[in-house]
Amino acid sequence: MKIGVFVCHCGTNISATVDVEEAAAAIGKLQNVKLSVTYRYMCSAPGQELIKKAVREESLDRIVIASCSPALHEKTFRKCAEEAGINPYLIEIANIREHCSWVHKEKKEATRKAIELVKIAVAKVARNKPLKKTYVPIEKKVLIIGGGISGVQSAIDISFAKYPAVIVEREPSIGGKMAQFDKTFPTLDCAACILTPKMVTVSQNKYVTIHTYSEIESVTGHVGDFTVKIRKKARSVDLDKCTGCGACFAKCPVKVDSEFDMRLGKRKAIYVPFPQAVPNVPVIDREHCLWFQKQTCGACKKICPFGAINYEMPDEIIEEKFGAIIVATGFTQFDHSVYGEYGYGKYKDVITGLHFERMANSSGPTGGRIIRPSDGKEAQDVVFIQCVGSRDEQKGVPYCSRVCCMYTAKHALLLKEHNKDAQAYVFYIDIRAAGKNYEEFVKKVQDEYGAIYLRGRVSRIFEKKGKLIVRGADTLSGSQIEIKADLVVLATGLIAQGDAVELAQMLHIPYDQNKLFTEAHPKLAPAETITSGIFLTGACQSPKDIPDTVATASAASVKALGLLIQGELEREPLIAKVNTDLCSGCKACVIACPFRAIEMKEIEDKKLKRKRNAAQVIEGVCTGCGNCTAVCRMAAIDLEGFSDKQIMGEIEAL
Amino acid sequence: MRYAYYPGCSLHSTAKEYDLSAKEVARSLGIELMEIPDWICCGATPAHITMNLLSIALPVKNLLKAKSMGSYEVVACCAACFNRLKVANAFMETRDEDRRKVEDIVGEPYRGEVKVRHFLDVLANQFGLKNLKEKVARQLTGLKVACYYGCLLTRPKDITGFDDLEEPHLMDDMMKAIGVEPVNWPYKTECCGASFSLSRTDIVLRLSRDILQMASDEGAQAIVVACPLCQSNLDLRQGMVNKKYNTNFNIPILYFTQVLGLALGIEAKKLGFEKHIVSPLSLLKECSRRLNVGYIPTKREP
Repeated sequence: MKIGVFVCHCGTNISATVDVEEAAAAIGKLQNVKLSVTYRYMCSAPGQELIKKAVREESLDRIVIASCSPALHEKTFRKCAEEAGINPYLIEIANIREHCSWVHKEKKEATRKAIELVKIAVAKVARNKPLKKTYVPIEKKVLIIGGGISGVQSAIDISFAKYPAVIVEREPSIGGKMAQFDKTFPTLDCAACILTPKMVTVSQNKYVTIHTYSEIESVTGHVGDFTVKIRKKARSVDLDKCTGCGACFAKCPVKVDSEFDMRLGKRKAIYVPFPQAVPNVPVIDREHCLWFQKQTCGACKKICPFGAINYEMPDEIIEEKFGAIIVATGFTQFDHSVYGEYGYGKYKDVITGLHFERMANSSGPTGGRIIRPSDGKEAQDVVFIQCVGSRDEQKGVPYCSRVCCMYTAKHALLLKEHNKDAQAYVFYIDIRAAGKNYEEFVKKVQDEYGAIYLRGRVSRIFEKKGKLIVRGADTLSGSQIEIKADLVVLATGLIAQGDAVELAQMLHIPYDQNKLFTEAHPKLAPAETITSGIFLTGACQSPKDIPDTVATASAASVKALGLLIQGELEREPLIAKVNTDLCSGCKACVIACPFRAIEMKEIEDKKLKRKRNAAQVIEGVCTGCGNCTAVCRMAAIDLEGFSDKQIMGEIEAL
Repeated sequence: MRYAYYPGCSLHSTAKEYDLSAKEVARSLGIELMEIPDWICCGATPAHITMNLLSIALPVKNLLKAKSMGSYEVVACCAACFNRLKVANAFMETRDEDRRKVEDIVGEPYRGEVKVRHFLDVLANQFGLKNLKEKVARQLTGLKVACYYGCLLTRPKDITGFDDLEEPHLMDDMMKAIGVEPVNWPYKTECCGASFSLSRTDIVLRLSRDILQMASDEGAQAIVVACPLCQSNLDLRQGMVNKKYNTNFNIPILYFTQVLGLALGIEAKKLGFEKHIVSPLSLLKECSRRLNVGYIPTKREP
């Protein structure tokens, strides 16, 4: 065995505190160490060349690099070793920078510690085995959960690369929350005008399949090979036969509050949620339909010229395989009924931003008039309250919902556009307008549209003589204010979907204390999850506006495509391995594994001459975390690259 | 139902009618209120602005006295007493380090084991509104009141915890149950100025004016309260409010126990109506013509 040790100065990062020459000399005396040298920057091209040359000349077979953290340059040196003709897993990094020179001052002591750290690495590398990367096949199809703007954008991006994508959306139409918006900040494009072309594109795309009115039933498997059950809820209308003529809902006698219009308007029991719905095929709301409740009526079936209505249609469960999953489930609005000071949600004229969007919309329930829902009169004085639910650790969520400052400014502007005599008052904590042209937009609303911005909170809203009395503080002037308002619009925050946790558990992806899905790294892997093959986009990860949502949708798509485009999936060999002879089949490892990477498999026990169950690691899924090796009481699982033997060697070297 | 009764200083002095009516109501419902012997001050506002430990030790001393009476729950009528006793209990239950300091002061171990309830809570939740309704002996139909809760009865929520924080409703529920009409008004928990009554009377006058005005606007004939300080500010200062703001309020400020007492058929003279500054007598007379309230004292007793 010929081990080469290469001690890096890292400029003066290491050499200022560690006497690298002394260390190299001390290590050179160790058993099996053929060569021990130093260099200014081992990671640089000449540094790597030095290693390669030493390997050739001294015919080294194992390498230890004493340098910075392996998190930074382990890959560099593995590649370097491979180029020098050594198996890349026969190298070890001794971290003498973060673990030594950066945290110590005393040079003598630090040098001693550096020598110890390298000794450990030498002991370990002596027990390293050559390892090979593994490869697993990939199902070349992407599942997109959620058909809002982020899901739609993801599907479009994936179809560009000519890979198939499947959107699963639980509502009767794709489009999500954006379809409910009137205008978008700061450019004031009509939301539907920029969204619906994308919805149509995706629906006409031969690479994209859309399952609306459908939900994910279960997800099993792993990266490259997910098996997903999808429940297609009974629409009661045949998607193929229906032409979207609308005769059925014109005839339907049952009127129900429209969810799409935030219950400000009505829909029928058979309905399409909005005119540009995709697919433009109605759905029967069985809870309100007379046929399903009382076995009467049946008008829609009688009138449909295409025989598309099917009262007997059952839920259908389909099973499909996917290589990657994009989670685009979006957000829901904070429920402000926990705020007693705003009337516990019982005042009709205290509405949310989404209500305002529907009212401002010319095809909305009020035909674009901003009115008081209580009496239908046009609203003149409108108070907007920001941070409702957001930035409130007691009753809401601690985080800032990011979009409310902007949408409130937009509402204040739209109010004036719809009614030039109206006056907007905005109560705010801070204005957070960080985005391209955002601050300018808020300024415009204040200067040109005369919105009065009041820095402070509202302490009370109550009704008196048909008006809403809004009491609050103006902390800039230090005074209490009372405004007689016609309408109050609450900028309710964005929170995780009610069933986000259920989905996260199904997908085996982590979520935070606010039930938002957690990215693999907050800065460097914002669109990935720690579960390989599952990606995040949009507001299910954190509140986002439309530009950010679209950007993350494209990011997630690229990540998913990067996966699919590989013929096979390359996996690090540093994973758990079961010695089935020792495995007792106790399943402790199965429970301990956070990635569901271990399953039980029947094996033929030659000694006992019978079949029995033993643990088996799914190579494509194991991340090498080591949980299983710690819980295995038979010591039947070992982690490649971190075997018990290697670790004992390290301890003994100390 | 037996309770240790902590009246506090108000109910022995300025709020004597609260004490009288609470005891009368309890008696007629078969609830036994045993006054804690030798009780001392709860500390009220002066203690907790002086020294935190003092403000805990004083109520704890009272709770220990109650403990020595046997295993009774303590009932308080004054919102401030109730609040201080509850705060002390929460403190002794949760703050291990500081608890020892208080135990050193009072000379006994205590971990908040004596439970404290407000009389409103006892009547509405323990005795039950349904049972109260069955005991009604006199229909007060037509009487419109504004139930005013003030600040200390429901706040902080985690400590008081028996009624809604922003929109308390137990007094309203009780009034409904006994046939009195509570007006729907937004000032149930507005500040009355509280202990600024003496040091900044101007603030109290302004705040009390707002409350009286709102109650009057919503058509209340009387305001019903559960706190002696609220009562005092709204009642005692009503004349000054009228003078300063050129108003003409004549709104009696009644304790909920007084109204309840009337409904239960207790003789009006036993409920201390003559002790109010804004006399409720003419209102009660009007009621008596319609509702047979019984004997109404005609002049204030010395």
